[in-house]
Amino acid sequence: MYGWTGTILRVNLTDRTIKKEALRAEDAKAFIGGRGLGGKYFMDEVDPAVDALGPLNKLIFVTGPLTGTMGVSTGRFDVVAKGPLNNTLASSNSGGYFGPEQKYAGYDMIIFEGRAESPVYLSVHNGDVELRDASHIWGKTVYETTDILLAENDPEAKVSCIGPAGENLVLFAAIMNDKHRAAGRTGIGAVMGSKNLKAIVVRGTGGVSVADKAGFLEAIMNARNKIRENAVTSAGLPTYGSNILVNIINESGALPVRNWQESYDKNADKISGETLTKDHLVRNKGCSSCVIGCGRVAKSGGRFAALGEGPEYESAWGFGSDCGISDMDAILKANFLCNELGIDTITMGSTIACAMELAEIGAISSEVIGRDLKFGDVDAMVEFVTMTAYREGFGDELAEGSYRLAKKYGHPELSMTVKKQEMPAYDPRAIQGIGLEYATSNRGGCHVRGYTISPEILGLPMKMDPKTTEDKPAILKIFQDLTSALSASGTCLFASFAIGADEIGAQLKAVTGEDYTTERVMEIGEAIYNLEKIFNIKNGYTKEDDNLPPRLLNDPIPAGPSKGEVSHLPDMLPLYYEVRGWDENGVPTKEKLEKLGIAKYAA
Amino acid sequence: MKSDRKLLLITPEKCISCGNCELACSFSHEGEFRPSRSRISVMRFEAVTVPMTCLQCDEPACVAACRTGALAKDPETGIVSVNKEKCIGCRMCEMACPFGNITYNAETKTPYKCDLCDGDPQCVKYCPADAIEYVPAETVTMQRKKAFSAKIAESIGEGNQ
Repeated sequence: MYGWTGTILRVNLTDRTIKKEALRAEDAKAFIGGRGLGGKYFMDEVDPAVDALGPLNKLIFVTGPLTGTMGVSTGRFDVVAKGPLNNTLASSNSGGYFGPEQKYAGYDMIIFEGRAESPVYLSVHNGDVELRDASHIWGKTVYETTDILLAENDPEAKVSCIGPAGENLVLFAAIMNDKHRAAGRTGIGAVMGSKNLKAIVVRGTGGVSVADKAGFLEAIMNARNKIRENAVTSAGLPTYGSNILVNIINESGALPVRNWQESYDKNADKISGETLTKDHLVRNKGCSSCVIGCGRVAKSGGRFAALGEGPEYESAWGFGSDCGISDMDAILKANFLCNELGIDTITMGSTIACAMELAEIGAISSEVIGRDLKFGDVDAMVEFVTMTAYREGFGDELAEGSYRLAKKYGHPELSMTVKKQEMPAYDPRAIQGIGLEYATSNRGGCHVRGYTISPEILGLPMKMDPKTTEDKPAILKIFQDLTSALSASGTCLFASFAIGADEIGAQLKAVTGEDYTTERVMEIGEAIYNLEKIFNIKNGYTKEDDNLPPRLLNDPIPAGPSKGEVSHLPDMLPLYYEVRGWDENGVPTKEKLEKLGIAKYAA
Repeated sequence: MKSDRKLLLITPEKCISCGNCELACSFSHEGEFRPSRSRISVMRFEAVTVPMTCLQCDEPACVAACRTGALAKDPETGIVSVNKEKCIGCRMCEMACPFGNITYNAETKTPYKCDLCDGDPQCVKYCPADAIEYVPAETVTMQRKKAFSAKIAESIGEGNQ
């Protein structure tokens, strides 16, 4: 096969067997790779009702045909499992260098089954694969684990692992690779922890072959030109990183402040990409085959002095404005700690913000928290990260996420979540389309399944008015379908500011030799999206869950550029179901599933 | 040395660690994306990444160490090249190069090193950050001189304020 290695690795942790299997070529062609192919295998092999932290859940590291090639920003892979935070089909995407190395070692996918009796790690050196004792690294941080494993294996190997948070089953633990890159959301790190699997060390010296060499180079050059001509991908992201958004979103009156009570932060510039670049940036960094380089190697100072990578916009917001904080050193420190301990920054920041509001209204006492907690408490924010990873004191409650926390203390409405997962940093009262995305994203509160911020704020590929609901259901469907296929190919979402299904299709076609037209790419994306939706329905999710927290629907934004706005989700949702070809309850129709070739999975 | 000869200029401060150079190199020489067979290696450290490749020494230690004449420096182009037919796989070149920029591949029984792609280095073509440039030899030192002097100028300027 071209593009795909054609081999998958199946590792049973319970009986310690390791099998190499041929990749099912038909599934690969139909679902490409990443969350598409991984999701297909998952649906075929796992009962949707499985306990996310039980041995019957599976954990799949899956690349795409473009992963490891010189495609435009194609160093990415997905980790697929049922996520413990909210029981959705959780595919978390990550970059760095691990995914390509897995391909060079010869595997499109690594499927973990069962549960090891005691901590283990998987060592992969091309064809030589074995499970090894991990008792010496259990309890270690991500950085320590990575350094130890590289010292005792090939130093050129790449490491993916969990930190203490994953071991302690923090419900939003991340799987970290190359120290700083995260398969972050939905608690996939806890799945790895529940399996007693500490790490995967991969060294691959093989290569990825392509079907049409000249055609691929032409497709690359064409896509690269689009990246170069686009201001976001050629200037904004390389110069300031994703954190360029702080000032942009704040000026749009859509930067959630103090657990989403407000949406404009007069101190926003202190935590902006501009400030980061001026005062903290060490250098720009790109994942494998990246042509953008949005990654930030940065340093913090003062009592929070450290060197690490980040923050992305979401992290700067979560630990910043959402907690009423504008101390960039503290934000950097909290972000670095999340990387070291293996925690999703979005849910961590948002859960702390929720705790701060619960404390301020007196719903949680300072005895329970162990201190007087208020918005703006920099030291509490930083300390809570470590306490959460180790489930120490109040950290044990934070480790369950804001949904369970707010519910326990009698104020479920203060959890800023959809389907129990914390929403990212764009207020749907000010940007209507992103609210529809949050409500309908297959993994709950999530912006990267259909990033309508691109048209609504950045004007890409065309400008849409963020304040109206018009055409939002239709554009969201396109974005969700495109993103599904893009992730399946191994491409970074950020490339899609400049390139679309044409360029993804052209690269996929040249690499695999399969006839991936623009239309087929979009149809595959739609099939992936519907498959994930079916999984959620089988897990009991209904129309009632395609919703937003009441604050966003009922409480007008109190001040700032978007003063007076609320989300008009109820106006958009029925139209969205209609453009999706789903019934009025948001269930995919038989006709739709038949057309997409996935009728046998019908809910 | 010919005055119009070009050399690779590598600027680690500009490198974003993406490895496109390794991918382009292996694709052009091996026909597949295979960093382990690339003639350029991206060495990643926390605060900086350094792409390493042969810069075609004027007094190449690898050539001096080669007993069979498999390695030679072309007086016209300045390129140090490998004649696979003459190579006996003794790995003396690998030992001699103080930078590790020639690697013997036991599988293919060939020393791997940069050949400047016949004047069109693919690593340069696909580097998205201009961290690897192919420029006239004189420019190389002048660019370095300018960049460093700018830093001095800046620090003096700041000191005066």
